[in-house]
Amino acid sequence: MYTTELSKTAKIQNLEDPKLLEAFEARVAADEFIEPKDWMPEAYRRTLTRQISQHAHSEIVGMLPEGNWITRAPSLRRKAILLAKVQDEAGHGLYLYCAAETLGTSREEMIEALHCGKAKYSTIFNYPTLTWADIGAIGWLVDGAAIMNQVPLQRTSYGPYARAMVRVCKEESFHQRQGYEIMITMANGTPEQKRMAQDALNRWWWPSLMMFGPPDADSPNTAQSMRWRIKRETNDELRQKFVDITVPQADFLGLKVPDQALEWNESKGGYDFGEIDWEEFYSVVRGEGPVAKERMEARRKAWEDGAWVRDAAAAHEEKRRARKAA
Amino acid sequence: MATASPVDAPPVDARHDYLLRLGDDSLILGQRLGEWCGHAPVLEVDLSLANLSLDLIGQATHLLEEAGAGDGDKLAFHRDVLDFRNCLLVEQPNGDFARTMARHLLFSTWQHMLFQRLARSSDRFLVEFASKAVKEVAYHRELSSEWVIRLGDGTEESAQRMTEGLDWNWRFVPELFEVDETLQALIDRRIAPDPREFEDEYRSAIAAVLAEAKLEGPADQRPILGGRRGHHSEHLGHVLAVMQFLPRTYPDATW
Repeated sequence: MYTTELSKTAKIQNLEDPKLLEAFEARVAADEFIEPKDWMPEAYRRTLTRQISQHAHSEIVGMLPEGNWITRAPSLRRKAILLAKVQDEAGHGLYLYCAAETLGTSREEMIEALHCGKAKYSTIFNYPTLTWADIGAIGWLVDGAAIMNQVPLQRTSYGPYARAMVRVCKEESFHQRQGYEIMITMANGTPEQKRMAQDALNRWWWPSLMMFGPPDADSPNTAQSMRWRIKRETNDELRQKFVDITVPQADFLGLKVPDQALEWNESKGGYDFGEIDWEEFYSVVRGEGPVAKERMEARRKAWEDGAWVRDAAAAHEEKRRARKAA
Repeated sequence: MATASPVDAPPVDARHDYLLRLGDDSLILGQRLGEWCGHAPVLEVDLSLANLSLDLIGQATHLLEEAGAGDGDKLAFHRDVLDFRNCLLVEQPNGDFARTMARHLLFSTWQHMLFQRLARSSDRFLVEFASKAVKEVAYHRELSSEWVIRLGDGTEESAQRMTEGLDWNWRFVPELFEVDETLQALIDRRIAPDPREFEDEYRSAIAAVLAEAKLEGPADQRPILGGRRGHHSEHLGHVLAVMQFLPRTYPDATW
């Protein structure tokens, strides 16, 4: 996903040359793509860097809850599919880091910001994957929510981000289908499998709704991001769309969405649903999610343990270059 | 040398056994590489290790389905250690990245040379299988060679780790060239290549990579054998415990 605006500290400053700013705003309003070499307001650059790097970090941290099940996937086919999916996520991380680098921040700087806790990633990955059904639920709900967020971003104003999203979205729809297929198999399986499937839905439903970010009323940067076409639909609009599409899918599985207040509202042509626990959302954003410490420890450890490999690759490259020059 | 056989081993159909050997090699190495997911030194390496693992799981699926008359999962998830036929090299723990790459160089160079010849087998299935898989394995060999060279000729620390990685895995190389009665029967029927025919080529190829990596080849060690007869290291039981837990815990479920 993973495009939730998680920082409220960004200040929009208009200290730019008004003529350049006006021309920029006009191009964006005309749905033109902004490219890396084009002039852009500093706040636009900062907001995008934050959003794209946050998205990249989410892909990378998101490899961990699923990677947790690669060695335990219950059939050869499921193992191959999960490997391919997690490999796609590493690929998404790569394009996104590259897209963010075109805005002038290096991948190392972004990773450093993640490891020191300055940069955020999607709150959803701070929840644990307990059973195989969680792999189904992540594909179905988490990737489903991600698609809902990302489809509009294929038309986002920053060219490299929009183009990365076109490819990412194609792969995400495969991820969502494989997740739902796992859910179908489990929901129609043995009583133990059905229990796992229902339990996974119970645990992942609300965190998935939180993936769309705070309610519009508490999302101060939404208006500016919409104007700059960094965002194309509001958090609440996307969340409603997700609920409307997903509830019938849960019905088809014979599973119960864990929300007493969920009810079809004929007049709005959508579902009414219960209040999200925003206290939980903000605490997970603050890094207090159930496995937030484990996720960050795993990322830092991989990076630190790999330092000698990266140093060796750089030293080898240097030697080769020196030998070539000699 | 005198070797003990597993007690009450079922009667062996040589071709079936050979499919298990090849299939289990790919399965167990694929499983090992899957352990790296999300923990690699850099994102590009995460991508390549997942890619290698995916190729290997694909190979295992073809081979075990052929051996299991369409049901590869039964073989992958419902056999215990004594019935696994992989070589000892592939079940070795990942260790650090140097040890993983040492293992992969030693295995994929062998597998590449084997599959090149297997593509000319008298067995139609094996020809079709190997003709496709040989391309994947050529890439595995290239990738691991590049990393061994990079790490050997990188920093002092990486050279030291690479030396240790090779040293750990070296004692399992002779098993790759072992010919027992089962394999001999298949060599006689031109189903399987004779690995002894490419042992010199293998040793030269490894030596060439190590020379470019500025590493000394490890000293020959006493061979450790047994994988092809189901006599494994202590590690395999743990690999299987993890890999097989779901289908074993819920034997009536389909996934």
